[in-house]
Amino acid sequence: MKSGHLLKVAVLGVVLGTAAFGVAQAAEPPLKVGLLEDVSGDLAFMGMPKLHGSQLAVEEINKSGGILGRQIELIHLDPQGDNARYQEFARRLLSRDKVDVLIGGITSASREAVRPIIDRTTTPYFYTNQYEGGVCDASMISMGAVPEQQFSTLIPWMVEKFGKKVYVIAADYNFGQISAEWNRKIMKDLGGEVVGEEFIPLGVSQFAQTIQNIQKAKPDWLLTINVGAAQDSFFEQAAAAKLNLPMGSSIKIMLGFEHKRFKPPALNNMHATANWFEEIDTPEAKDFKKRWRAKFPDELYINDMGYNAYNALYMYKTLVEKAKSTKLEDLRKVIAAGDACIDAPEGKVCIDPKSQHTSHRMRLISVGPQHEVTVEKDYGTIKPYWLGDIGCDLTKKNDKDQYTPSHLPNKS
Amino acid sequence: MSAELFSVFYQFADVFAFLILSAAGLAIVFGMMGVINMAHGEFIMCGAYVTVGLVKLGLPLAIAQALAALTAGLIGVAVEYLIVRRLYKRPLDSLLATWGLSLIVTQSMLLIVGSSITGIGTPEGSFAIGGYTFSTYRLVLFACAVAVLIGLYVIFMKTRFGVMARATMQNAAMAKALGARTGRIYAISFGIGAGLAGLCGALYAPTMTLIPTMGATFVVESFVTVVVGGANVLLGTAPAAVFLAMIRMALNASYGQIIGQIGMLFAVILIIRVLPEGLSSVLVRRGR
Repeated sequence: MKSGHLLKVAVLGVVLGTAAFGVAQAAEPPLKVGLLEDVSGDLAFMGMPKLHGSQLAVEEINKSGGILGRQIELIHLDPQGDNARYQEFARRLLSRDKVDVLIGGITSASREAVRPIIDRTTTPYFYTNQYEGGVCDASMISMGAVPEQQFSTLIPWMVEKFGKKVYVIAADYNFGQISAEWNRKIMKDLGGEVVGEEFIPLGVSQFAQTIQNIQKAKPDWLLTINVGAAQDSFFEQAAAAKLNLPMGSSIKIMLGFEHKRFKPPALNNMHATANWFEEIDTPEAKDFKKRWRAKFPDELYINDMGYNAYNALYMYKTLVEKAKSTKLEDLRKVIAAGDACIDAPEGKVCIDPKSQHTSHRMRLISVGPQHEVTVEKDYGTIKPYWLGDIGCDLTKKNDKDQYTPSHLPNKS
Repeated sequence: MSAELFSVFYQFADVFAFLILSAAGLAIVFGMMGVINMAHGEFIMCGAYVTVGLVKLGLPLAIAQALAALTAGLIGVAVEYLIVRRLYKRPLDSLLATWGLSLIVTQSMLLIVGSSITGIGTPEGSFAIGGYTFSTYRLVLFACAVAVLIGLYVIFMKTRFGVMARATMQNAAMAKALGARTGRIYAISFGIGAGLAGLCGALYAPTMTLIPTMGATFVVESFVTVVVGGANVLLGTAPAAVFLAMIRMALNASYGQIIGQIGMLFAVILIIRVLPEGLSSVLVRRGR
């Protein structure tokens, strides 16, 4: 009986508490942020830091008063790496939960799966990964680095340092295919030679034949844009076979933290260009890492995706506060005026009005035999210029298309 | 020239070992016992995780691998006793039950152990022939695959347990009437199957990324090999692996991994169409 009584009191307390809370908050309903990140399935190890970065940013923003005085309500769904689920969950967040902004997606395939759905709404969408570039779409704001920031820096450096012959192993989907196309274009401009290209189906984990094909082709270095846990087995198997070639990538180390997941020296001599990696030791970066580690002490690595996901919420906050509105068209006016900048842990980053992609401070990093990371070169801030150069101008026209070096806008 | 020849053998051995080691456990559980074990990949993952855990505790790799296979085998016995035993006459239900088990196990591992653990590195050792360098450990895998085949043959063809096991699989009621303890035989057979899956994970653990869903990368190849092998798994699995390995190796070498995978699966479709009973049906007919 006593426990029943206690329960009633507790229920009453909760009801009263909620009511009081409801009155106080009624004028300012929370801002709903929809988040789609894989925290189970094959890509969970990358998606987990993305969820954590978003949670950290939401917690900080809410503690300091929210956005325009409104608290953020984060609604996270886990699509488990399944593109059909990405579409289903995107529809649910957009039409049932009526989120104010949608964030997320890991693979480029998942992004392309949800983009047409978002394009039919007036909800802004933040994609927080580095990717193969080229999306010219007014609904999408890209927070990660793109090829002109990653490949236009890395590939010339690799050619100068190691030689003109490259062999490419790439995941067989839009990210790998388009990244390989970028490599072909840049290598051609540099007078280099692509001595081999191998596209690997997702989920393949055995690479003895690939390793031998590479040895037969005798490249000076490798471009490794393989994706996912299974394909990452390449590094261990290549090291065991003493392949010993320099490697370059746009997604290894800062994104997949292979140097933390494999035993040294499997990732020795890997090079990448990144806007963020956990080893950055500027005071701003140190402060950011300290706050992250305080909330998530068991994080294996704070990767660039998680970092970009964190920035995305601050960028959204800045846009909304400058626009004094959550409407996509008002946010885009702020972007069009060139005012969309935040002070991120890497330094100041701004959204480019023409492409709605983000400028980044790019650094070239190398991995040593003990998997220690060193900064080889600091490129300073690089703007995402390519889309603007080829004629994408979202302030004038919404193309809703993805361009590549071989698929350029029609000149009209 | 000899370098090219050796490399062809090496690549064949590599694919063959992968097919045999991933399929051996399933050959018993699915091929002989008729249980469509959707948790096969999770027994493989179990073997890999136990191996890595024990190596990190300081055990030598080979001992860790043996203990990992044993652990997977014991878990297999428990799973048989608790779940599979009740579902022998309901194959579709056992499919669902093992699939559910697989989902529960991968998600629990994700929650408990985390999304990824650090690898232990492949044992040192490589050799060069011509312009190529090879990892010695890949040949160890091939040797293990051959040893597994021989071991299976000896257990099921030459021992008293093997005779009783085959009798039980063919006609459980009759075997029971003749005094075979069929319950125990089922449990041990399932345990051997799970243990072999664990061995596969243990052997590949040093060479791969360790994530809770790592078993999935073996599952397609294992089912395909067993199905192509056909009803008589002891006769069928090895030739099936030889056949599929040759196709995949040739296509991988000439056209890359995509064509290699497509070609192998295409060959599987052809074989199932032409020989619904698998390769072993031809071999058994010849033998008689």
